[in-house]
Amino acid sequence: MRGLVTFLAALAVIALGYWAYHQNIQTQTAIRQIDRLQMAIGVERERLSVLRAEWAYLNRPDRLRELVDLNFDRLGLLPMGPEQFAHLDELVWRPEDRPEPMDTEAGDEILFSASEPEDTP
Amino acid sequence: MSRRIALRPLARILEARQKGENPDEIERENLARRHEQARDKMRQRAESRLLMLAICFFAAFLTVGAKMTMLAGSDPEEPHISVAGSSVLGARADIVDRQGRVLATNLVTNALYVQPRDLIDPEAAAAGLAEIFPDLDEDWLIRRFTSGSTFAWLRGSISPEQQQRVHDLGEPGLLFGPRDMRLYPNGALAAHVLGGARFGEQAVNSAEILGVAGVEAYFDTELRDPARGAEPLQLSLDLTVQSAVEEVLAGGMTLMNAAGAAAVLMDVNTGEVISLASLPDFDPNARPRPLLEGDQSESPLFNRAVQGVYELGSTFKIFPVAQALDLGLVTPQTMINTQGPLRMAGFAISDYDDYGPSNSVTDVIVYSSNIGTARIAEMIGTERQQSFLGELGLMEPTSIEMIESRAGRPLYPHRWTDLSTATISYGHGISVSPLHLAAAYSTIVNGGTRIEPTLLRRDSPQEGERIISEEVSAQAAHMLRQVVTDGTASMGEVAGYEVGGKTGSADKPNPEGGYYVDRLISTFASVFPANDPQYVLIVTLDEPSVMMLGEERRTAGWTAVPVAAEIIRRVAPLLGMPPQDVDPEVAYQLTSASE
Repeated sequence: MRGLVTFLAALAVIALGYWAYHQNIQTQTAIRQIDRLQMAIGVERERLSVLRAEWAYLNRPDRLRELVDLNFDRLGLLPMGPEQFAHLDELVWRPEDRPEPMDTEAGDEILFSASEPEDTP
Repeated sequence: MSRRIALRPLARILEARQKGENPDEIERENLARRHEQARDKMRQRAESRLLMLAICFFAAFLTVGAKMTMLAGSDPEEPHISVAGSSVLGARADIVDRQGRVLATNLVTNALYVQPRDLIDPEAAAAGLAEIFPDLDEDWLIRRFTSGSTFAWLRGSISPEQQQRVHDLGEPGLLFGPRDMRLYPNGALAAHVLGGARFGEQAVNSAEILGVAGVEAYFDTELRDPARGAEPLQLSLDLTVQSAVEEVLAGGMTLMNAAGAAAVLMDVNTGEVISLASLPDFDPNARPRPLLEGDQSESPLFNRAVQGVYELGSTFKIFPVAQALDLGLVTPQTMINTQGPLRMAGFAISDYDDYGPSNSVTDVIVYSSNIGTARIAEMIGTERQQSFLGELGLMEPTSIEMIESRAGRPLYPHRWTDLSTATISYGHGISVSPLHLAAAYSTIVNGGTRIEPTLLRRDSPQEGERIISEEVSAQAAHMLRQVVTDGTASMGEVAGYEVGGKTGSADKPNPEGGYYVDRLISTFASVFPANDPQYVLIVTLDEPSVMMLGEERRTAGWTAVPVAAEIIRRVAPLLGMPPQDVDPEVAYQLTSASE
């Protein structure tokens, strides 16, 4: 009987030892993986910051203004002005797009910052 | 297990008795044998235990020894149990506008340095470098490479293309070190607010970036704080509005032949500076050197809106009027004696035009009567005037978050005589920056609570100390509106935005004493919409001069006002303000883009 208990205890020690060792190895692997991922995140973050800088540089107002001037024939973009605000009922709808009438009162400020559509029938 | 031996086996005892021997002998003998057996067994057990123990100790020492050998044989490494949760970023934080658009960021580039010892062919390297960087002199490089020094920086930051070309030279002595470079993607936009940055301490693998001016310098410690992580510094500026303001202001400056210009757009309730422009400006990516001689105020680095203090003239008139209204000394309808000239301490105060013997307080503002304002100031008295101007923040530098703010210290007379009281009431004899004026106007029109200008985005009104009552604030805004509808700022009308404002044209002081006759600072301090003030816009032109209607015009009504009106027309829609009750057919006949 005692022999069996001793044997089982030894077995348990071996099993627990194996488990602890296994956990240790797993943790180390996970830490190494996190390190790798963080390195990768760092690289990606750097790339992202370069892309953001490039995006900001390409969207700088000076350049956009130049592009607008260059493409004025096709786009006809002008600086936003007060005349581009309109009430909903001032819009000219294409027949199939007309929405259901809404419950608005005369004074309601429903505003669109869009200029008049060009293809007014 | 051995068979147990009886101590007195019957057979042997009987045999011994027969032989006449003592049977006890047998028992003793057996007892001794039994003891012997037990001793043998115990020794065996003890020996096996000792062996077991020895094995255990051996294993333990073996483990310790093996571990020690491993530690001795491997590279030292910090114990590494867990991974830090939040990342620490070494890079300088970005600066963004109120909508998160990037105003300043970092770009990773490379710095170029040389270790002349390792150069294989110094002359070829010098020739190659001179070709890649036209501003490097070949002879200078050769001298540098052969002088016996072991290390030298060549360039602070180079582009990837340049790096590739240097790499292609194949010189082992030319090396690169990574560098974070401060980049202002929008170029000169908001240059005076951002300021600029330069490299501080340099090492091969990194370099400090230090802010040298503007918010970069003011928030230097915060921007460099690694604990900040990736969180950017958010300013109150709006990139689109700033761009529109600078564009219109630059156009206006050219059109009005002005030497310089400044504009400040401020939210009257929060004190946020939405746009702050000073022309001429510069590119913070390549910040020019400060002037070594001459007048610093002519350098593009000089911020006219914050550092520049000017006599802003008649724009000041609203302050004594608002104060007199608040003190209950006058009402908008009270008639004021405007018969000129008003003689005081050997000095004659006169008006631009003769406005008749008396005018209402409203008309004093509308027609900009110096005499009328001086009379109102007389009623207020010197002490109350001083404390009121102090409450408006016009007696000390603004608290805006730029290192230049301390330079914008208002100038006023040390001896504040009665004459000073009179002239200061219409803006002569006191010099403040356009930013001061913007904050003071915000205080006057926002319902009467003190505004401190700020460059940081905030979402709630400042709710500062009350300076004047709400009623007086509304009256003042109404008067400012009438200046545009009936008075000196008729060109300031922008359909749908109820512009109100006050013009100011002051002679520039001559550094050699006295004032120039033909050089003016023209200012228009405007507020829109006047029936519910939201924004204050100050436009200042330095020495404008324009031919209009066959005459040379310098005063604000002809110069600063139309520029301010165009700015309002451009930025009000960008600020999301729809025009109020206008008949588009009438209002936009001339300006409509869709026709």
